[in-house]
Amino acid sequence: MTTKTVSLKIDGHDISVQEGTSILEAAIENGIDIPHLCFLEGLTKTGACRLCLVELKGQAKLFASCSTPVSDGMEVITDSVKLKEYRKKTIQLLLSERTHVCSVCVANKNCELQALADKLGVDHVAYEREWTGEKVDSSHPFLVIDRNRCILCTRCVRVCDEVEGVHALDLKLRGKDSQIIVDFDDSWANSTSCTSCRKCAKVCPVGAIYVEGEPLSQTKDRNIANFVLSRRKK
Amino acid sequence: MPSNSKPKLATLWLSGCSGCHMSLLDNDEALLDLAKNIQLVYGPLVDTKAFPENVDITLIEGAVANYEQAAFLKEVRKHSKILIALGDCAVTGNVPALRNTIKDSANAVLQRAFVENSDKQPLIPTDVPKLLRKVYPLHEVVKVDHYIPGCPPPAGNIAYVLTELLAGKIPIMENKSKYG
Repeated sequence: MTTKTVSLKIDGHDISVQEGTSILEAAIENGIDIPHLCFLEGLTKTGACRLCLVELKGQAKLFASCSTPVSDGMEVITDSVKLKEYRKKTIQLLLSERTHVCSVCVANKNCELQALADKLGVDHVAYEREWTGEKVDSSHPFLVIDRNRCILCTRCVRVCDEVEGVHALDLKLRGKDSQIIVDFDDSWANSTSCTSCRKCAKVCPVGAIYVEGEPLSQTKDRNIANFVLSRRKK
Repeated sequence: MPSNSKPKLATLWLSGCSGCHMSLLDNDEALLDLAKNIQLVYGPLVDTKAFPENVDITLIEGAVANYEQAAFLKEVRKHSKILIALGDCAVTGNVPALRNTIKDSANAVLQRAFVENSDKQPLIPTDVPKLLRKVYPLHEVVKVDHYIPGCPPPAGNIAYVLTELLAGKIPIMENKSKYG
């Protein structure tokens, strides 16, 4: 079976990619940078973080590039004054939702949210901040979850389900009150399904899940899902 | 240029650790160039008692944690043409604002510091400024014109913002912000 190729324009560059590719994947393949947080190569796309929004010529609304497939003749704009403003607001909303204090965080200087805030020039948060005081669960022998730093990207939930095949993690509640839970909202130590594989800590873009006593620069591995899945195919 | 026509610079230290002032000093020899172009009229580095009028640029380190600081900050705003939040405590609340995660934190922190952790004469002092219910970043109390995040902000960023402002330009923080 031959796969069809699709031709489109991203920021004026002519690009050909396989049908079914998302705009974000097409951009990454061609070295065009679109800010993103919830997207991770190898995992299903959720469009949760709204950072990868792009403009499509001829369309009034914005599209999440991670979950919008390419189509023939599409003209994508990844960088504009409007998009910059939206992205800065999105980062500010993420920062305002929980207790994000970089200076005392394990992920300081190893954080995708912090890096994007710096890169996009988010020099302050215009919204009043929530100062959540959720209890940290450090009951597991070495995995720790601090929900005050969680941005609800669900990378951990997806890698646990889709790559490790365990689904020990999931979400409870709705909107900003959502929380990552272990098993049926039990403490991590009591989990009967968790295999302690650490993939959740490897893919967490912030400092919400980490390995106790291990520097995050060592733990984090953005390529883990892709790596495991590519080995599985062989 | 006679010294009295140079732009007036003031610095302020609220609830912070003084690290941002250290970072300002960390500009080393660049301070000499800065000193040629400004006059330092108020701050922890100057022995002036009252905040002067008609200050051109005020750099403020630290978050707003008590009523005294909030009132003073509002006064400072009135007398400052450009007000800059210097460092993460001033920009976000940072470490001082961690008490916001605790219920009734104004009382809880005093209880913790002066009663629970005291081995002799546990007593909450009555002569310290009354704590606010919450710790606030500057822009939740007064209008802030520019922000220099960082814990501490890199010395170069402070110099960059001051140089741009003194040249009548607007500093751009894209790729320059440095939280944490």
